Amino acid sequence: MKKTVDILIIGGGAAGLGAALGAVEAGAKEILLVDRKNRLGGILTQCVHSGFGLKVFGEELTGPEFASRLARKLAETPVEVWLNAFVLSISPAKEALISSRDGLYQVSAKTIIYATGCLERTPGMIQLPGTRPSGVLTAGLAQLYLNEYGYLPGKKAFILGSGDIGLIMARRLSLEGAKVLGVAEIMPYSNGLVRNKVQCLDDFGIPLYLSHTVSRVYGNHHLEAIDLVKVDEEGKIIQGTEEHIECDLLLLSVGLLPNVGILKNAGARIGESKGAAVDGSLMTSLPGVFSAGNSLHVHDLADEAYLEGIEAGKAAVNCLKGVPEHRTMTPLSHNENIGYLVPSYYDESYLGDLLIKFRCRRPKEKCVIMVIADGEIIKTINKISMLPSEMEIIRIPKKLLKNNLKTIEVILEDRL
Amino acid sequence: MQDVIIIGAGVIGTLIARNLSAYQTDVLVLEKNLDVGDGASGANSAIVHSGYDPIPGTKKAEYNVRGNAMFDQLSRELGVPFRRIGSLTLAFDEEGEQKLSELLNRAKQNGVPAEILFGYDAIKEKEPHVPKEVKAALYCPTAGIVDPFLLTARAMENALDNGAKLHLGEAVTAIKPIDGGYEVQTPKATYQTRYVINAAGAYADEIAKMMGLDKWKIIPKKGQYFVLDHFGPFVKTVLFPLPSQKGKGMLVTPTTAGNYLVGPSSSIEESKDDVSTDSLTLAQVKEGGAKLVDQLPLKEAIRVYAGLRSSIEGGDFVIEESKPGFLNLIGIDSPGLASSPYIGKLVAEMAESRLHLTKKKNWNPFVSRIKLANLSLEERAKLIKENPDYGEIICTCEKISLGEIRQELRTSLPCLTIKAMKKRTRCGFGKCQGGFCQARILEEIARANGKKLEEINYGFPDSFQLKEASK
Ligand SMILES: Cc1cc2nc3c(=O)[nH]c(=O)nc-3n(C[C@H](O)[C@H](O)[C@H](O)COP(=O)(O)OP(=O)(O)OC[C@H]3O[C@@H](n4cnc5c(N)ncnc54)[C@H](O)[C@@H]3O)c2cc1C
Ligand SMILES: Cc1cc2nc3c(=O)[nH]c(=O)nc-3n(C[C@H](O)[C@H](O)[C@H](O)COP(=O)(O)OP(=O)(O)OC[C@H]3O[C@@H](n4cnc5c(N)ncnc54)[C@H](O)[C@@H]3O)c2cc1C
Repeated sequence: MKKTVDILIIGGGAAGLGAALGAVEAGAKEILLVDRKNRLGGILTQCVHSGFGLKVFGEELTGPEFASRLARKLAETPVEVWLNAFVLSISPAKEALISSRDGLYQVSAKTIIYATGCLERTPGMIQLPGTRPSGVLTAGLAQLYLNEYGYLPGKKAFILGSGDIGLIMARRLSLEGAKVLGVAEIMPYSNGLVRNKVQCLDDFGIPLYLSHTVSRVYGNHHLEAIDLVKVDEEGKIIQGTEEHIECDLLLLSVGLLPNVGILKNAGARIGESKGAAVDGSLMTSLPGVFSAGNSLHVHDLADEAYLEGIEAGKAAVNCLKGVPEHRTMTPLSHNENIGYLVPSYYDESYLGDLLIKFRCRRPKEKCVIMVIADGEIIKTINKISMLPSEMEIIRIPKKLLKNNLKTIEVILEDRL
Repeated sequence: MQDVIIIGAGVIGTLIARNLSAYQTDVLVLEKNLDVGDGASGANSAIVHSGYDPIPGTKKAEYNVRGNAMFDQLSRELGVPFRRIGSLTLAFDEEGEQKLSELLNRAKQNGVPAEILFGYDAIKEKEPHVPKEVKAALYCPTAGIVDPFLLTARAMENALDNGAKLHLGEAVTAIKPIDGGYEVQTPKATYQTRYVINAAGAYADEIAKMMGLDKWKIIPKKGQYFVLDHFGPFVKTVLFPLPSQKGKGMLVTPTTAGNYLVGPSSSIEESKDDVSTDSLTLAQVKEGGAKLVDQLPLKEAIRVYAGLRSSIEGGDFVIEESKPGFLNLIGIDSPGLASSPYIGKLVAEMAESRLHLTKKKNWNPFVSRIKLANLSLEERAKLIKENPDYGEIICTCEKISLGEIRQELRTSLPCLTIKAMKKRTRCGFGKCQGGFCQARILEEIARANGKKLEEINYGFPDSFQLKEASK
């Protein structure tokens, strides 16, 4: 079956919903939003804790509440929504192949917004040493089992990695009567938001072992125990510091990865964030294909994913008039204190402001961010402190950016 | 009384069962795990070796070459992915070249087509990813790769469809001779049988011991691997280093699913069950693999695993009827997978000559399946019309539909665990390792088997995935 639309949005999480609403606001009519799940909201539906919506609605909502507010807004628009529909592939010509219970569809779109979220780093990806028994799960999967299926995966838990999902699961498991023995983080600082460390660990008396990791998993069938060890400054295990801990659940919260498979298969360039390399309008290297949310780079706040979706939605509408023929791809670069940076390029033909998003590589106190265009400092921001777990967003007004720029650099330095 | 009991449902036991199911005879397979192929047959390099490596005159040499030749037909009949992609054994210096000509000689004696390619340019044509420093390579076009999980499962399913029986989760604990046969005991039941086939892999020596045969001792040898995602084009042939004392060495190969394997290491172990991995060994595997390709993209690693080779002193396969009606298969390490089609046939014939069996007239050698990846878009659309389950994608990494999952739950071969479903359909084998689909799979398995979610095991017995319902 064939169908033609102006805008195809892949993914109905915070970013995809934002993209749809942004596109409607900018005047688009024929929009199709597709999600493989049976309801809208993406990962939000399993995040039953509160902490969503502060930026967008000015109040604290749970994930499902945040999702249903957005879904209700969407219901008032002419956006067509397909659920239980999976996008198998897209082509640079913006043809998508979609599989659903109703059939196989070939959808031809003028623009595509790719907002498929992220996946969790797994025990295999970090080559977790030892056996591979049941009872070793990613924190997000455990969250799904607990919050959407109503099952506890174990009663004596240990958590590897201090990512937010792990911290939130530490609290959730404790509230459900499981014993959480501790959280190990290989870095000398926590990788989660400060509020999550306080509310999810400190308030429950759960120890956070910084500069620690799990050096071995025991149990041939189900998880029996782990070895917790200290690591040195380079992250190498310090022999002789092993502590044997018996547990029946090991959750991994060791990072998220943008879900870029389909985009990559279509030939889109991948950027430093491990999502697509985009320009300031969030357009990927495939003209007319945009990306936003966790599939572009991992966000700590759903609100930000949503707002990024809106930007992508507007940019996609702008592009309906015609894909820019000549894209001036001024590269954005950064110094070593910055982990990654989005966007990868600046395209001067885009009329919106330039939003630069990045994370520092390590925690920093008293520092300064400078944006330098062709050797000229165009923006300076002083910061009291910065953490890798908190994304930094800088807005560069369009008027500060000259045409024909060769380079844009973002520098993060200590303030003397 | 049962005619034949086969102990162990690895690739060997299941292919024997399949061959025996062509005769008018009662075959029962006893397997201690909750699925077939959870031993060595589910954790190996998945190479259908050409047979240049085993010492001429050994069973390994003969069975490997004969087994290899049977793969085209067997994989077609059972619908198992198999590809003859050829292998290259690389040499980097003159000493290595010398060694290659010895191997070429061996290949000739074993009846294996082989040739030596000299120089990077010639080798690059077969395999663009070899390092520039490569001097020569032994090219064996008959080497292949197979899906070992499906080979084992489909062999068993085909045997079941032809009347064999399988009891999962039943470990043989004792065997004693009785009039006209043997009594085989498990914690659940006692069976009487005219013929016993010991295909218990790493435990075959202990099964033999139950009958007073203690001349074999299996020395488990562990092999550790990396699995890389199907990230794009990479090696297209099996790449071996020169074999050494320790075995065939660490290889780099594609799999039939488009992933890549790097490994295995080789270390002698005490335990027959410990398939743990460790960072030190994996670092060596990485080093070994890196020698065979210009660049080893280990950042694409999505999993590590290990398997245990059931090696014995002497090194050759032991396949013999040690007592009348008691047949032992011992030391079936590499190239056991490559040899398995022939071993299956041979052992069935050995049992047949003892039991004087007659062939069935209506034996059906085929297993058939719907696999979306093999269909055209039109066929796929038509299928979804007939059954919408084929339109609902559950495994997003491998793009497997609900229809394909339910299909596995309707066959004669039980699919009881998450791991079993993974091996049948590849759900959970991809980059997310089940993060997106495992909960759905668990539900489907529970429903089809009339069980509660918390009763479903991940893989082995007592490997629950969910502990209890929450408050
Ligand atoms: C477990 C977890 C806990 C979090 N906790 C908090 C918190 O407490 N507070 C906070 O502010 N933020 C939190 N965040 C961050 C925030 O929720 C996310 O950043 C945000 O919701 C991501 O939105 P998204 O739209 O980018 O992705 P997602 O919500 O993941 O949505 C992507 C959607 O795309 C669909 N999809 C993917 N591939 C396809 C395809 N091929 N075809 C069709 N559909 C497809 C998926 O089914 C999914 O519905 C959390 C994130 C996670 C992962
Ligand atoms: C690391 C590694 C790499 C390899 N690579 C290759 C390769 O590339 N090519 C190749 O040709 N070969 C390879 N092999 C060898 C090949 O995998 C084996 O030869 C083959 O899988 C052996 O099959 P099997 O059925 O004998 O053993 P298994 O698959 O181990 O099956 C034995 C079964 O017996 C069951 N069992 C044990 N005890 C009992 C009991 N008491 N009661 C009931 N059931 C019992 C076990 O649970 C198991 O399922 C490799 C092996 C390893 C370990």
